[in-house]
Amino acid sequence: MHYLTTQDVTRLELKANEIRQSIIEMLAEAKSGHTAGPLDMADIFTLLYFGVMQHDPNNPDWEDRDRLILSNGHICPVLYATLAHAGYFPIEELMTLRKFGSRLQGHPHRTVLPGIETSSGPLGSGLSQAIGMAIADRMDNPYTSKFIYCLTGDGELNEGQIWEAMLLAGKERLHNLIMIVDRNGIQIDGYTKDVMPLESLKDKFEAFNFDVQEVDGHNIRAVNDAIGKAQAVYSQPSVIIAHTIPSRGVDVFERDFRWHGNPPGKGPEDRVAKDKQEEVALEKLRTLAGLIRKEDAS
Amino acid sequence: MFASHLSPKLFTDEVESSPSRNGYGTGLLEAGKRNPQVVALAADLTESTRTHLFAEEFPERFVQVGIAEQNLASVASGMAAMGKIPFIASYAMFSPGRSWEQVRTTIAYNESNVKIIGAHAGVSVGPDGATHQAVEDMAIMRVIPNMVVIAPADEHEARKATLAAAKYEGPVYIRLGRSATPVVTTEDSPFVIGKAELFATADSESDKKVGIITTGTLAYNSLMAVKDLEESGISASVLHVPTVKPLDKEAILQLAKDHHALVTVEEHQVAGGLGSAVSEYLSEEHPIKIIKVGVHDVFGESGEPEELIKHFGMDTPAIVDAARRSLM
Repeated sequence: MHYLTTQDVTRLELKANEIRQSIIEMLAEAKSGHTAGPLDMADIFTLLYFGVMQHDPNNPDWEDRDRLILSNGHICPVLYATLAHAGYFPIEELMTLRKFGSRLQGHPHRTVLPGIETSSGPLGSGLSQAIGMAIADRMDNPYTSKFIYCLTGDGELNEGQIWEAMLLAGKERLHNLIMIVDRNGIQIDGYTKDVMPLESLKDKFEAFNFDVQEVDGHNIRAVNDAIGKAQAVYSQPSVIIAHTIPSRGVDVFERDFRWHGNPPGKGPEDRVAKDKQEEVALEKLRTLAGLIRKEDAS
Repeated sequence: MFASHLSPKLFTDEVESSPSRNGYGTGLLEAGKRNPQVVALAADLTESTRTHLFAEEFPERFVQVGIAEQNLASVASGMAAMGKIPFIASYAMFSPGRSWEQVRTTIAYNESNVKIIGAHAGVSVGPDGATHQAVEDMAIMRVIPNMVVIAPADEHEARKATLAAAKYEGPVYIRLGRSATPVVTTEDSPFVIGKAELFATADSESDKKVGIITTGTLAYNSLMAVKDLEESGISASVLHVPTVKPLDKEAILQLAKDHHALVTVEEHQVAGGLGSAVSEYLSEEHPIKIIKVGVHDVFGESGEPEELIKHFGMDTPAIVDAARRSLM
C-alpha cells in the first residue's frame, strides 16, 4: 500500500494533466488514433507509473518490476505518453506516433519500444497473458511481492477469451493479479449498454471468484486505496471496475462515444469545429477547464 | 539406396507401429528433466496429447486451463514473458485452429518462446471425422512470421523435435498424428530443425529419376513407393522434410537439379502446405514439374485411418501413380 499525501495527489493530478496534453498533441499530429480512452485513463496510468508500480525507466527489463499489461492496445497513446513522461524515452518521440519507422506503432509492439510488456490490439487476450505471468511468477516464488496489473476496456469484455481467462484466474486464486477495467461505457458502435449490456458486471466478476471493487476512476486517492486493498487480498484475483468519463479533461469531448476512435481534428463537430479541436482541447487542459486564467497557464 | 540410419525392420512384416504423439510425451518429459524452465499446459486433452507423462512427474509445472484454446495460447505467452518455456498441446484443429489470432499476435508477433503442439493432425484421425481432422494447420502456421513448422515422421523424430524445440529460442509448431504409424527412423537418425534428410537416393545413372519430397508420417508410404517404382523402371529418391518452415532450400534445390520431376507428399491440403512451399521456392529458382500428393480441397470424413489415407489418395499406390505421372 502506497500512502498519498495531499501534495502527492496534487502532484499526480498535475502530471495526469500534462500527459493528457501530450495525448492531444500526439493524436493531432498522427491524424488518426483513439482519443476518449487515453484521456479517461490518464489518471490511472499516472497513479500506476508515478505512485504505485515498482519499475525503473533506466532498466526496463529489471526482473523484479511489476508488470503492466495493456489489453486494449488501442488506448496506447496514454501508455506511450506516460512512459515518455516517466523517462523511458524522449517526450519528443511521442510526435512520431503511427508514422512510418516509429517505435510508437498504432498498436503497441513489445519488441521495439522499452517499457511495453506485450504487443496488443486484438481485444480480449491481455488478461490471459497477465494470468500466464502471474502463474509463472508464483511458480518461481510463492511469496512473490510482484504484482501483475492488467488493464482492459469495458467493450473488450464482449470477447469470449476474457471469460475463459476469468475462469482460470478464479481457479488459480491469483492474488498477484490485479485487473483494472476502464468502465467508460462506450465502444466504437455506441454505448456499451446498447451494443452489449455488461451489467451487473460486479456480480459477474464475483461469480468468477474475483474480489471486486468499484471506484471513481478519476479520483486518484480512491483508486490508490482500491489498489492497496486489492494488494491485500490474498486468496483471490482482484478486479477494480474504474468508472470513467470518456475523454475526461476536455469537457467538449466528454461522454460522446464518437470520440472513441477519432483524433482531434477529425472528431464530431457539434461542440467544436474540427480545425479548432486540438487548440480548444489543449487550452481546456492548460487552464484546467477555466480554473486557471489563460495567461497564468504554462 | 536407403539411408543406413532408418529402421532395419522397415521392409519387413515386423516393422513397428506407434503414434507420433507418443514421442511428444517422452520428449517433453525428458526436456522437463533437463530444464526446470520447461512448463506444460493442456486444454482438457492431457492424456491423448501425452502431456500426462510430464504432468504426473512435474505437477507444479503443469497448468490445466480447461477447454479454452484461445486462453491456452495467450497464457503460455505470458508465462514465456516471465522466462518459462511453455509447451501447449491440444488437437491441431483447436490449437492452432481456433486460436490462430492469439498465436499470431500474442506468440509470434511478440517473439514469445512458446511451443505449440497440434496432435491429431490429418485424416488419419479416423472415426472422429472431418471436424477433428486438421488438414489446414501447416498452411495457417506457415504464413506467420517467426514461426517454425515441423511435421515429424514418427515417434522417434517427434521426441527429437520436442527436445530440439525446447532448446530453440522462439515459437515452434509441431504437428502430430493420432493413429499408430510405422516407425521409420531409429534413435540414431539425425534430426536438426531446418534440415531435410535423404531417406532414399535414386540411381544417378537412371534416365527416369523422380524426387519424392515428404513430410510427416507419410514418409513410410513414400519409402514403400520407391520399391514399387523400381519394378517399373523408375528410380526414386526420398527427401524427408520434417521442417516445413524454414525450408531446407539447399537440399530441395539439389534434389530438383538431380531429378527429372518431383512429387510432394503430405497428409494436408495441397494448398498451403509442403507442396506449396516447395513449389513457391522452386518456381523462382529451378522450375520443374511437381505433382502434389495430399488432400485436394475437400474435407475429411469418418473411417479407419488406412482406408481414409487410401480414399484421399495418399497411400503407396497413389504416390507411385503420382511419380509415373510426373515423368509424363
